[in-house]
Amino acid sequence: MLTILFDGIAYGMVLFVLACGLSVTMGLMNFVNLAHGAFAMLGGYVTVLLMQRLGLPFLASLPAAFLAAALAGIVLERLVYRPMYAKSHLDQVMFSIGLVFMAVAGTDWLLGSSQQIIQLPPWLQGRFYVFGVGIGYYRLFVIGICGLLAVTLQWGFAKTRFGSRLRAAVDDARVARGLGIPVNRLFALTFALGSGLAGLGGALGIELMGLDPTFPLKFMIYFLIVVTVGGTSTITGPFLAAMLLGVADVMGKYLVPQAGAFIIYTLMVILLLLRPEGLFARART
Amino acid sequence: MTFRRTVLKGFMAGALAATLGSAAQAQEVVKVGLILPMTGPFASTGRQIEAAVKLFLAQNGATHGGKRLEVILKDDTGNADATRRIAQELVVNDKVAVLAGFGLTPLAMATAPIATQAKVPQIVMAAATASITEASPFIARTSFTLPQASEPMADWAWSNGIKNVFTVVTDYGPGIDAETSFATKFKAAGGTVESVRVPLRNPDFAPFLQRVSEAKPDALFVFVPSGIGAQFMKQFVERGLDKAGVKLIGPGDVVDDDILNGMGDVAIGAITTHHYSAKHDSAANQAFVKAFEAANPGMRPNFMAVGGYDGMRLIAEALKATNGDASGEKLIAAMKGASWESPRGPITIDPATRDIIQNIYVRKTEKIGSDLYNVEFATIPQVKDPVKARK
Repeated sequence: MLTILFDGIAYGMVLFVLACGLSVTMGLMNFVNLAHGAFAMLGGYVTVLLMQRLGLPFLASLPAAFLAAALAGIVLERLVYRPMYAKSHLDQVMFSIGLVFMAVAGTDWLLGSSQQIIQLPPWLQGRFYVFGVGIGYYRLFVIGICGLLAVTLQWGFAKTRFGSRLRAAVDDARVARGLGIPVNRLFALTFALGSGLAGLGGALGIELMGLDPTFPLKFMIYFLIVVTVGGTSTITGPFLAAMLLGVADVMGKYLVPQAGAFIIYTLMVILLLLRPEGLFARART
Repeated sequence: MTFRRTVLKGFMAGALAATLGSAAQAQEVVKVGLILPMTGPFASTGRQIEAAVKLFLAQNGATHGGKRLEVILKDDTGNADATRRIAQELVVNDKVAVLAGFGLTPLAMATAPIATQAKVPQIVMAAATASITEASPFIARTSFTLPQASEPMADWAWSNGIKNVFTVVTDYGPGIDAETSFATKFKAAGGTVESVRVPLRNPDFAPFLQRVSEAKPDALFVFVPSGIGAQFMKQFVERGLDKAGVKLIGPGDVVDDDILNGMGDVAIGAITTHHYSAKHDSAANQAFVKAFEAANPGMRPNFMAVGGYDGMRLIAEALKATNGDASGEKLIAAMKGASWESPRGPITIDPATRDIIQNIYVRKTEKIGSDLYNVEFATIPQVKDPVKARK
């Protein structure tokens, strides 16, 4: 039972890294970016290509996945996202879903549609037992990385200068500009950070969720559930939501496999009925 | 006036010649509409079959029974609505004599009414739910059925000291087919079976495998669509089930030749029952694999390829038998009872059910040199689809 809790936490952690980037762009920048999964997929494919074609070790390819997705984020933010900031949410949805389809078709064309497989280093394979709880090395590794990220992000947004400037820019861009905060650069950096996190999540997730060109569509629903349930204004919200949903999904499938796929949706509906603005919403002004 | 009439006459003569010409050509050509998922999640199926069909035509020429076979390839992306529409267009506009391909069960099922109405033979080269051939009297199959591959596994497991089995299958037609046919047969022999079904879009196998590891069965019987097999095998090993002495058994989809090498050593030791392995030991297969790999560098033929190869051969043989008469009833009649030595071994199209009768092999995944192969070590000869055989 505890083993399954552990598996659920690992799964939730990956969901968190995948989705927190989205809560950064969607929550902080108020931009509905459904193409988030495409950045995650990019990170995944960068890892796959580096490992398969260049024979790079898994660990070395993780930062590369982050950087590649972040870079793509910067470029796209400059070229196509910025003009969309002022548009309505519906326009943003249409625009970003278009990007998703382009990413899916493009990846399919470039790299084929089959599932991508990577070989983990031996020390990340297998599992050990602590008091009868089976702990997979890879899952432990994922929990470690993601936990560290969660703490760093929370600290970064709450305590650093970058964080307070960003919060100021989000709340009132005009005043922030007036105070000499470089709002555009701040937004570009934030967007890159969100995209990079998605890329890292995609890379970490290959082993747990698989990777093929339909990835952004297949997991869009999961990112959105995490962000919706968690609320978009903090990092702790999506973190707890991802944990809750990851554990509930895995537990549900374990305890009642007949209904397994629906538990996550049921939970989402219940949580949203109770807290329509998400778990940790700031009061809307 | 005279000028206009001359021009008009010229036009008419030209038009007449064109019609006659195309009519003369139409007599020569027999069109085959090949509908495959060439993009989307099941594109590997499409690629394998297309390569095999091309290989067959390259080896045997396109002319059979005095007619030239012309293949029109269409991509349905694995979507049943698209398959149905494409099939309709092929029949109505292109006047195809045969429909072929069909990567997945719903795609084959959606096309069945068209085959029946238009009296056009529908050759199923991949989809493997047992009931497909019952959907239309014009369907013949050259792939396999899941009960056909799964039931021999029940016999093998029981006679090799396996007493209780946990089954994990994907929750859709073929998965349910595999689960019920295996479980029924294995329980009848005296074994106990516990089952879970995994949703088709399932990201993580951890919860299901955890149940398996707690149940401590002698063996885990698995069916998942072939692409997902790699992930399943890895998590099976990650959970330490192989070390706990749980045997991995099932029909051969999970250790598909197409992706076997990418899976790595986690696949070693899996015991599966299936109708085709690239390592099948016969001269016909060695020649087939060699030609296939030469024509498609970097690809290894899998069970989909052999289904496409034999499907094309079935069409060619039927055309030969009717002396080039491509009417649907004649063709399907000629297909019933057709029999030859395929790369997978001897096969026959059952005259009663139009489904394939073939050997099923018990195989073990092993490393040969640096490559992984499914090595056959026992043969169950001439297996009919057990679901229809019981009716």
